Amino acid sequence: MVIIKLQYAPGRPAEGHARSAIVGVVASGNLEVLLERTLPETECSVEIATPVHGYDEVWQAVVADFVERASPGGLRISINDGGARPDTVALRLMQGVRMMEGAQ
Amino acid sequence: MTDIATRRSASRDSASWFLASARERLAGLLDPGSFTEVLPPSDRVQSPHLALFDLPAAFDDGMIIGRGRLDGREVLVAAQEGQFMGGTFAEVSGAKLVGLLRAARDRADLPVLLLLDSGGVRLQEANAGELAVAEVMRAIAEARSAGVAVVALVGGRSGAFGGAGLTAATCSRIAISEQGRLGVTGPEVIETNQGVEEFDSKDKALVWSVTGGRTRRLIGGADTYAQDTMAGFRDAALFLLERVPAFDLRTLQAEQERLASRQSRLGGCSSATEMWTILGIADPEAVRDMDDEAFIALAAKVKGLDHDGR
Repeated sequence: MVIIKLQYAPGRPAEGHARSAIVGVVASGNLEVLLERTLPETECSVEIATPVHGYDEVWQAVVADFVERASPGGLRISINDGGARPDTVALRLMQGVRMMEGAQ
Repeated sequence: MTDIATRRSASRDSASWFLASARERLAGLLDPGSFTEVLPPSDRVQSPHLALFDLPAAFDDGMIIGRGRLDGREVLVAAQEGQFMGGTFAEVSGAKLVGLLRAARDRADLPVLLLLDSGGVRLQEANAGELAVAEVMRAIAEARSAGVAVVALVGGRSGAFGGAGLTAATCSRIAISEQGRLGVTGPEVIETNQGVEEFDSKDKALVWSVTGGRTRRLIGGADTYAQDTMAGFRDAALFLLERVPAFDLRTLQAEQERLASRQSRLGGCSSATEMWTILGIADPEAVRDMDDEAFIALAAKVKGLDHDGR
């Protein structure tokens, strides 16, 4: 199992007031993303657990692109990966912040 | 605004149960916003064993438990995620379900809905999983003894096999959709052990004719047939909650009689269509291809489908 821990300092806090959200499932080619509004608004952490070795740089690129686009300040994001492709990862991350835009 | 809200809820109601994830099923089944999860993903109660096999864990171990409302009525619910490790019973997922059922037994005032979607025991945690299934069956029996209705809803991609088949058979009532499958030994396992001549697990028509929802309904293995939608399973659950047999000697004797009579009537058949012919269905070949409404009308005419056993 590869554990990748990434830290960011987004410019804006994530929108909405939902405390947590989960999207996706751990299945072949899929992943689950757990988002929790537990960090200071200027911070964002992303922790990835993946059984696929050798893709650290791809994860860093996909997550950095997501942070740039979504500015998920305050979110602790945790990922259990089932071997998802980069486009699926990007989609799930965007789905996750969209769910956090809800009220609770 | 009303129009948009209505359309949204209509699309929610007509979404496929088969294709949905466990969380989507709970959202579609229960009253909006009514679900409170016990041990949610943020608690990270996940399998401690899968990392040994270099396999990813899930934050909820593929078992979602909690409490919600079904058409205004308080219920306890458990939903298996069939896409994660085949929805399997393992140490954590099993303990979550056992805990829910024991809570149901102790409270004795809330019915339980089990949204089964499972190939059975997780092989990587086989001993814990087998123990969990035994504990689940005992917990269901104790809950039923305490007067709690335990209703199984079967319509997911992994069906309900192995321990999930046993679990379903222990419930007060079972609802199944056309896509649902119910059994103990799954098709791939039969083929692996007995050979492809005995059972070709790639022959989907064969698999469904033996284990699928329509056969199960017609031979009394399921108590109602649900359309493969959120609304279909909601209606089925509400229907069955009103028709729960007492858990007593009479029910068990009725179940024994039902199974003995089925064995003597249908035990010699080698295909589903043979069974359907004996059940008095005029055109058994048509059962597979008819739409849900036609099938429901047909099942209503078959004698002996509804019984006091279980």
